[in-house]
Amino acid sequence: MSAHIAFRGVSKRFQVKVRGSRQHSEFTAVDTVDLDVERGEFVVLVGPSGCGKSTLLDLLGGLTEPSEGEILLDGRRITGPGLDRGIVFQQYALLPWRTAQGNVEFGLEATGVPRRHRAERAREFLDLVGLTGFEDRHPHQLSGGMRQRVAIARSLAYDPQVLLMDEPFAALDAQTRESMQDELLRIWQRTGKTVVFITHSIDEAVHLGQRVVVLTSRPGRVKETVAIDLGDRTRQEDPRSSPEFARYRHRIWDLLHDEVSRAQQQEKEVVGA
Amino acid sequence: MTALLETPSATVDRTTPAASRPRRAVSRLADAVLTGLGKVVAVAALLVVWEVAPRLGLVDATFLPPFTTVAVSWWDLLVSGKLLDNTQASLVRSLSGFGLAVAAAVPLGLLIGWYKPVATLLSPLLEVFRNTAALALLPVFVLLLGIGETSKIAIVFYACTWPILLNTISAVRAVDPTLLRLARSMDLNGFRLFQKVILPAAVPTVFTGIRLAGALSILVLVAAEMVGAKAGLGYLINASQFNFAIPQMYAGIITLSAIGVLFNQVLVGLERRFTSWRVPVGA
Repeated sequence: MSAHIAFRGVSKRFQVKVRGSRQHSEFTAVDTVDLDVERGEFVVLVGPSGCGKSTLLDLLGGLTEPSEGEILLDGRRITGPGLDRGIVFQQYALLPWRTAQGNVEFGLEATGVPRRHRAERAREFLDLVGLTGFEDRHPHQLSGGMRQRVAIARSLAYDPQVLLMDEPFAALDAQTRESMQDELLRIWQRTGKTVVFITHSIDEAVHLGQRVVVLTSRPGRVKETVAIDLGDRTRQEDPRSSPEFARYRHRIWDLLHDEVSRAQQQEKEVVGA
Repeated sequence: MTALLETPSATVDRTTPAASRPRRAVSRLADAVLTGLGKVVAVAALLVVWEVAPRLGLVDATFLPPFTTVAVSWWDLLVSGKLLDNTQASLVRSLSGFGLAVAAAVPLGLLIGWYKPVATLLSPLLEVFRNTAALALLPVFVLLLGIGETSKIAIVFYACTWPILLNTISAVRAVDPTLLRLARSMDLNGFRLFQKVILPAAVPTVFTGIRLAGALSILVLVAAEMVGAKAGLGYLINASQFNFAIPQMYAGIITLSAIGVLFNQVLVGLERRFTSWRVPVGA
């Protein structure tokens, strides 16, 4: 049986202008990535900044095309964006002129759900993310965590097979962030969606992922995949403080450590050039 | 639990005991009355100074008659029907020019803003026209279109077009790129994208342009009417000055500013209606 999502030798190169001259140089963001994700799996991609994490997600979302290789979803090659994948952005991307309800309905309008079913369906998903009673609020009347809940509800409402999350909790404060992580695990368990989650936080990766894919610094390659076996985290009191958690955390820290210092070196070179 | 943690001021309103509500309503009413009074006081003070200064001989009463004299003259103008005729002439001109400008500049601006090559091509031209004072072109308009209604409506149209056009262009170009990415990730087609994302996102900035144009439409029209017209408030003011009917001149000026304030209020009201979702800035 083939995997739900399959990256097959995916590379992505960008043309960048060399400052002060007319020449273009090539910049490899992602280099021959091979990765399989099973249906219903929660996979976290973690890597140093600028390692092409977001590029991988853009590729999967169909927002850009790979320079080499291909990405298969259920055996079919991804050629563009589609409603079988839902993206949750770090900056929420809510329409400020629409209420929470209207924002969730926005996703449903695109799929052609009949008008009379939209309102009901939107309420259902707002309820799933714990926002009953806030349907009529506009985004500016909601806290950061609540906004991201609306965005998650929007992506889930049109029933994609895969949820792509690009550092969705990076802009939240620590407490909200932890509660949102638990909430996401609960939602994932209830909906059974495949989740591909990007983060630069090791704790977040260990806490959320069934598998954590560690990427190298530029160009992004898969360095190692770590399977996390911590049982059902939503049933534990404080799963983040268990010794197993610490062991996984340290393991990934070890893998990332060299990459991070290499990434910083690269950044200095770029700025200094 | 988490939802509770994240429910700040929003729910405060609901938990307020019912008993304190009437008291709050009363204090709100008092607030409204006070602010209203404050606004009236400033205007009243101006009128008092206007009334008293000429009477005390601080200014020449011939050139600045007391307010009551002006008011009487305004009333006479109103009763004779002259005021209405001239106001109507002015309003028809400025509203047609303004309306035409809105109808033309908004769609054009959306188009230019959306198609980057068009914007790049036209932007130097727009820059030149924007920085050419409309009134400097008044003689050109008169030469080309005569001194009739056409040239007046045309100059108002011309002056109103630029703020609306430029604001619309920048509104489209300033649409939050994450929203565009969202729309693209959801595979929205061009028309839907325009209708559901770009247009609503652009409304506030477009309205700023429309409001600027509203003020300009009156300004430019009055100047045009002073140069060559047989009716209109600009004509009335100018003609009164020539005939040394000074109170009548001031009556015309007062009418103009009242129309300006009213027009702006209407546009502000419309803007509020369409952009009620915006984060209130200082309320």
